[in-house]
Amino acid sequence: MELFFSQILDGLSIGSVLLLAATGLAIVFGLMGVINLAHGEFMMLGAYVTYVVQSALKPMGGVIFELYFPISLVLAFIVTGLIGVLLERTLIRQLYGRPLETLLATWGVSLILIQLIRSVSTAMMLGIIVSVASGILLSKLLRAKFSLKPFFTYLNGLGWALSILIGLIAVNLFDQFRPLSKAWFGPRNIDVTAPKWLQGSWGMIGTIELPGLRIFIILLSALLLLATYWFLNKSVWGLRIRAVTQNRQMSNCLGIPTDRVDSITFGIGSGLAGVAGCAITLLGSVGPNLGAAYIVSCFMVIVLGGVGNLLGTVIAAILLGIIQSVIGSGTLLTIFPDMPAAARGVTEFFATTSMSLVLVFIFIIVFLQFRPNGMFPQKGRSVDA
Amino acid sequence: MVRNLSRRLFAGLAASAVSITLVSCGGGGGGGDSAGKFDGEVKVGILHSLSGTMAISETTLKEVEEMAIKEINDAGGVKVDGKSYKIVAVAEDGASDWPTFAEKAQKLIDSDKVAVVFGGWTSASRKAMLPVFESKNHMLFYPIQYEGQECSKNIFYTGAVPNQQAEPAVDWLMKTYGEKLGKKVYLVGSDYVYPRTANTIIKEQMKALGGETVGEDYIPLGNTEVAPIIAKIKKAFPDGGIIINTLNGDSNVALFKQFKAAGIDPAKYPIMSFSIAEEEIRQIGPEYTTGTYAAWNFFMSLDTPASKKFTSDFQAMYGADRVTGDPAESAYNMVYLWKNGVEKAGTFEDLDKVRKTMIGIKFAAPQGEIEMFPNHHTSERVLIGEAEANGQFKILEDSKTAIPPLPWNQFVPETKGFTCDWTQDRPDAGKFKM
Repeated sequence: MELFFSQILDGLSIGSVLLLAATGLAIVFGLMGVINLAHGEFMMLGAYVTYVVQSALKPMGGVIFELYFPISLVLAFIVTGLIGVLLERTLIRQLYGRPLETLLATWGVSLILIQLIRSVSTAMMLGIIVSVASGILLSKLLRAKFSLKPFFTYLNGLGWALSILIGLIAVNLFDQFRPLSKAWFGPRNIDVTAPKWLQGSWGMIGTIELPGLRIFIILLSALLLLATYWFLNKSVWGLRIRAVTQNRQMSNCLGIPTDRVDSITFGIGSGLAGVAGCAITLLGSVGPNLGAAYIVSCFMVIVLGGVGNLLGTVIAAILLGIIQSVIGSGTLLTIFPDMPAAARGVTEFFATTSMSLVLVFIFIIVFLQFRPNGMFPQKGRSVDA
Repeated sequence: MVRNLSRRLFAGLAASAVSITLVSCGGGGGGGDSAGKFDGEVKVGILHSLSGTMAISETTLKEVEEMAIKEINDAGGVKVDGKSYKIVAVAEDGASDWPTFAEKAQKLIDSDKVAVVFGGWTSASRKAMLPVFESKNHMLFYPIQYEGQECSKNIFYTGAVPNQQAEPAVDWLMKTYGEKLGKKVYLVGSDYVYPRTANTIIKEQMKALGGETVGEDYIPLGNTEVAPIIAKIKKAFPDGGIIINTLNGDSNVALFKQFKAAGIDPAKYPIMSFSIAEEEIRQIGPEYTTGTYAAWNFFMSLDTPASKKFTSDFQAMYGADRVTGDPAESAYNMVYLWKNGVEKAGTFEDLDKVRKTMIGIKFAAPQGEIEMFPNHHTSERVLIGEAEANGQFKILEDSKTAIPPLPWNQFVPETKGFTCDWTQDRPDAGKFKM
């Protein structure tokens, strides 16, 4: 019995991390159908927001510093959500209904974000601002004068090319000043420390230790899930999002602002990724490559659960977590001590972390052979669209 | 249509504006003054990953090698055959991609005509470069502690092999904790060649010491989920036990953070790590590593004038917040070993002659004096340290003298009794029965 509970707890621990990371993607990929390969990088941004908040509050010390974590959870949601909205407005919007282009474009975005975090400095930020500002200004100016001319498109492009050049020159100028050229984060991993109240153990139930941050992550992912569920099913915007998901043209006809619905949906998905990134700083390392470790498992969870189904995502995440922990920790050997030698050999072979991951993938491949649309396939008209 | 095109053009150009601005900030540095005090120049290759996963660690090596080269040039360059030559470094990026290492090594040898290459970090990158250096009969200096079981005529290894790091560390653990916790260890490692080979050696050594390896687990590089390992360790050692950690990179951070949450406390569960130096501690956070152990050939806290000078020179050049450590020291040593070698040989073009003279070359390294042995590995001082709250190591055990290297491991049955000696004129000089 005790073994059973400790296994469930371990499985939930692993599953809740998967779930936390996948909830945002379940909205973006599941509801909007956008394959967002930059999802992991939004998590990474959330983790860096946590780092910034932590560094800012460190000098204050005391209770305020202990509270940095809840503050960064909220801020991570807001910052990454806003960046998500910006990305949707400028890029994703151009590419609706073209999954392959979206995939490539968001992959490009993820590379840009990784490199941005690695090498961003005050000089570079100023350069980018100068570049974008001059670009917008030039394009406004050109539009006012030549918007009706046939060569306007090319002229506008030329304007942007010029503003890139201006930006480059600005960066090189700013770079001359040492304090401006210092990288904010650099390519190295950074150290985010969990607050004291999350670091240790939260006591024992019987002989089962309750690791504080694991319990916290389980609670957090449950809370986020409930909030997401409430938002999608009970709020006005949630209703609109679901309407647009089911039939975009009809919603448009009925006066739902589909543009804004898209922005909000993408923003919330990205914001949730930011929260996940914030929580993940408790567990692992924080560096520019953080996202890469999670993106595959996020897609895995969603595909297994059935695209567009929140409940499926939950069950898939927890199921994968439990499989991984039961196989990886060799518990089968303890439960069935008298299994035949051959079975024992196989179980022992898979009882390491890296082999249990292999087994999880095999399980998913086999499962999708029988149920290609996941555990809970979407039904209804939206499937055909 | 036109409007649509313009929008797309806008999106594309805006994206490229950002990316080009990003790229433009990467460059900088380099260059230098060419004073007239030299009789000529000698090119050397530096080949490390300056991008990708390994860039975090390998960039420091490039910086240290450039520092050593600058020091040598400032002191009048390499003096060969009565003439002084300025060292010019040609740096290439291995991009954390092993075939790229081979390709760039070839480029350095063929088109840059370098006299020597300093490079590599992972064993995988070394194994990729090895055939290039052997087929061109050229010369590579490799600075990192590794699993041993290799002895190439064309490579000089300045990092530790297991008998200079892992084996003394296991001996020390058994001596210190063997009675209290029993002669049992649990091995955790990343899933690639170094941890697997090192753990094979440790298992054989434990057998020889009359101990036992109670468990062994591997995590894919970069994975951060260690819950199953914690469950297994708690099952194997309910009341504490010895853990040996050969994880590399990001997984270490996850391991230490999650160990702490699960109540695996260094006082009850001593942890010995082989890939955690000062730089890694900075990234994990000292509060998670305090009380754990590491074995290296150099610690920044080593209290000798040479060690202090090395660290202060490095910080003067790259910033007061930087730390030195074993890999950096080893990279620094190899540049000087090469310089001393070519100066004694009186040539840097006749590689066969350089190779012969290199054996027996000594250098007063930051760790103390080291020597190049006939098996192309250097002798190393062995230090065991305990991580402290300030991110530095308190040195608990010090071999004082440099321990000779044994690249072919003497615990593993397949290589027991084998040795390597490039001074001997025999076809199997790289591996023969003693």
